[in-house]
Amino acid sequence: MSEVILEMRNITKTFPGVKALDNVSFSVQRGEIHALVGENGAGKSTLMKVLSGVYPHGTYEGDIYFEGKECRFQDISQSEEVGLVIIHQELALIPYLSITENLFLGNERANKGIINWNVSISRAKELLKKVGLHEPPNTLITNMGVGKQQLVEIAKALAKEVKLLILDEPTASLNETDSEKLLELLLQFKSQGIASILISHKLSEVSKVADSITILRDGATIETLDTHKDAITENRIIRGMVGRDLTHRFPPRESQIGEVIFEVKDWNAYHPLHQDRKVSDNVNIHVRKGEVVGIAGLMGAGRTELAMSIFGGAYGTHINGKAYKQGKEIDISTINKAIANGIAYATEDRKAYGLILIEQIKDNITLANLEAISSSGVINEPQELTVTREYRDKLNIKCSSILQLALNLSGGNQQKVVLSKWLFSNPDILILDEPTRGIDVGAKYEIYTIINRLASEGKGIIMISSELPEILGVCDRIYVMREGKIVGEMPAKDASQEIVMKHIMFEQEAIEQ
Amino acid sequence: MKTLSNLFKNNIREYGMLIALIVIMIFFYFMTNGILMKPVNITNLVLQNSYVIIMALGMLLIIVSGWIDLSVGSVAAFVGSIAGVMIVKWDLNWVLVMGICLTVGGLIGAWHGYWVAYLKIPAFIVTLAGMLIFRGLTLVMVRGEAIGPFPVGFQKISAGFIPDFFHMEGFHLTTIIIGIIVCVLLILSDLRTRGNQQKYGFEVTPLSFFISKQVLLSAAVMGFCYLMASYKGIPNLLVIMFPLVASYSFLTNQTVIGRRIYALGGNEKAARLSGVNTQRLLFLTFVNMGVLAALAGMVVASRLNSSTPNAGEGFELDVIAACFIGGASASGGIGTVIGAVVGAFLVGVLNNGMSILGVGIDWQKVVKGMVLLLAVLFDVYNKNKSS
Repeated sequence: MSEVILEMRNITKTFPGVKALDNVSFSVQRGEIHALVGENGAGKSTLMKVLSGVYPHGTYEGDIYFEGKECRFQDISQSEEVGLVIIHQELALIPYLSITENLFLGNERANKGIINWNVSISRAKELLKKVGLHEPPNTLITNMGVGKQQLVEIAKALAKEVKLLILDEPTASLNETDSEKLLELLLQFKSQGIASILISHKLSEVSKVADSITILRDGATIETLDTHKDAITENRIIRGMVGRDLTHRFPPRESQIGEVIFEVKDWNAYHPLHQDRKVSDNVNIHVRKGEVVGIAGLMGAGRTELAMSIFGGAYGTHINGKAYKQGKEIDISTINKAIANGIAYATEDRKAYGLILIEQIKDNITLANLEAISSSGVINEPQELTVTREYRDKLNIKCSSILQLALNLSGGNQQKVVLSKWLFSNPDILILDEPTRGIDVGAKYEIYTIINRLASEGKGIIMISSELPEILGVCDRIYVMREGKIVGEMPAKDASQEIVMKHIMFEQEAIEQ
Repeated sequence: MKTLSNLFKNNIREYGMLIALIVIMIFFYFMTNGILMKPVNITNLVLQNSYVIIMALGMLLIIVSGWIDLSVGSVAAFVGSIAGVMIVKWDLNWVLVMGICLTVGGLIGAWHGYWVAYLKIPAFIVTLAGMLIFRGLTLVMVRGEAIGPFPVGFQKISAGFIPDFFHMEGFHLTTIIIGIIVCVLLILSDLRTRGNQQKYGFEVTPLSFFISKQVLLSAAVMGFCYLMASYKGIPNLLVIMFPLVASYSFLTNQTVIGRRIYALGGNEKAARLSGVNTQRLLFLTFVNMGVLAALAGMVVASRLNSSTPNAGEGFELDVIAACFIGGASASGGIGTVIGAVVGAFLVGVLNNGMSILGVGIDWQKVVKGMVLLLAVLFDVYNKNKSS
């Protein structure tokens, strides 16, 4: 813990009209895990882009020293050359190439342009072993889960003889076990002398593995905490991030639960390609008026698949089962019928499935219910502006105007636009799939507040989440899913992270024994 | 001064191509010693480009949905050949035949749309096949020769002019009156939009700009009408085209179906999950394209006064170029009807101006290709700068 491997001094980066980084200094010791935290827009990603050469030398002010030498990177390849590898939140793997091909992309084991496959494959096997991924090296990326893809990305970094690994939200799309595995791996690297910079919104994992924590706020370094000197609590970090104490991570709520508003019985759905694979297996769930029901489970447990199959068969084939709304059977076989029956589904992947990024906020909000603002097919524009402004104010969407493109909003505000869209469709049942994924602490709190308000208005809410504290903090009742089946159900007040986790994991433990 | 430059910056994408069109027109006006702006040439310009504009309306919707249609030239030729056979050889009533032809166009569009929307074959491949199939069928229909001439009524579609109720010697007064009516309608509609914007607290352009815009626009319309009036008045074709352009512009800007087409092209998955029946919508955009291609096919047949085996060859390229020059995005979700019309005129003026100057067809193609590239570069550059 003595040698400084990376030092960034007085970095200032301005974009037209905004100072994204203001005199930021940041240093990493050899072989430490250094967490970089801050709200969205605090400047974490910008700082890493400056570091890795995405913003070339000259477009920012300040100096970068790596292993004592001054660096003036012009592009990413130059920073990779010295052993500095960044793994982005959105994975940069080519889906229809194999693991081996991806590992050595741009770094091929070749002689005069001709690839030596024997060397490549044996080296690939070594690397995969190091990251603990047991897959044949010729597996196509597209056939692997996100967790495994993440491991391939890390193996790819190792192939470049990395000295400092930068991970941008590596566990955002991973479930608890895969996250756990990844953090283990970072600790292992640490013992081999590879330093890591970990950017994460998940403070629990930050406080678990990090040696030091640097907090950014509004483009400036607030403080660097040493986790070995004093015990750092999550609340301590949050205080630094938001500049105030956030005593309650979840807004308080008094639930007033009424009769059952929505129920599915004996629900089955099959995989669209492998039609013998059941993705939803005899599922029975219900939600009451004013109730928030959580669905916990691992990634791939079939939660999203269940939600989408219920939402008008948006996923899966040969769907069968019965759906009831307030005791009466309803037809939800198409998305339009589901919407007409008062069901809304806000997706887990807002960029790919939730928003039309190149369109204005107002167009996104009204898309699912254009009938409400039009007569005989002609849109009443004044009315549209009025209602979208209403939602902007009600959900506190921070934007310069509702005519702004969805593209230019932060994650939290994009999520609010998605929620607005579904609220405007006036649903009785809202299915929220990972509603707070990848958004910062402040925005999360706002989303929870919105959920509470909707519940108090008498809507039934089903919330899918991979973050157990969130499930426990927001829901009244919890279902646990595993392999397409509901394997547990409990009131939230009787549940704890350990109990839910046990339900999630039970069968796997049994197999291991 | 600051507001002026801001105003210019914010609207550069919208007006950029219009300015380019005006610059090119001024350029050719001087290069051709004014021939470009002679009443007879302006009338010709409209007639020559009518088919491109008609098809660009359909193509724009397809491009906005994220696809492309390469078959429109062949479809236009095929429909033209049907018109030739039915009207000339079978001696059927030409109004009836027009109805039949539009239906056939719709069916051809449905054929393409079914393959693209329901069988999920990329439109590039489906319509490339369609391009070959319908060119082949055209040859089958006309048996390798030109069929003509058409009856006078049919010829009048593209060769006729609206009647003049005032019978003034050498001047078509009805045209001027129609021009005035159009100006008044345009100003009223702009005033309404502006009023709404103010009512809902949106920033509006300063009144002086608003007035100068109206003056310029009215001057352009009246100048155009004056030129037309000094020749033979408004061509029949313009009576078909103008309402078509206006209604497609309305469709894309103000209607539910238009909004959904943009959503479909912007993000198909998100649109589907928002309850848009994306398959049916895509299917319908192709049906629409087929109908418009059929209309264009008849216009071409009427203009040539015969159905020929190689009518409409290369039209698809002009039509697609018009849309892209007009600011449509190849990845879908972006594009305007007015942009496509301006794009079509830009290509038309280039063709016309260079022909007057005696530039050969070879170099004309080179110039058009370069203009397409530059226009798209201009768009991409502006997009990067704004984001």
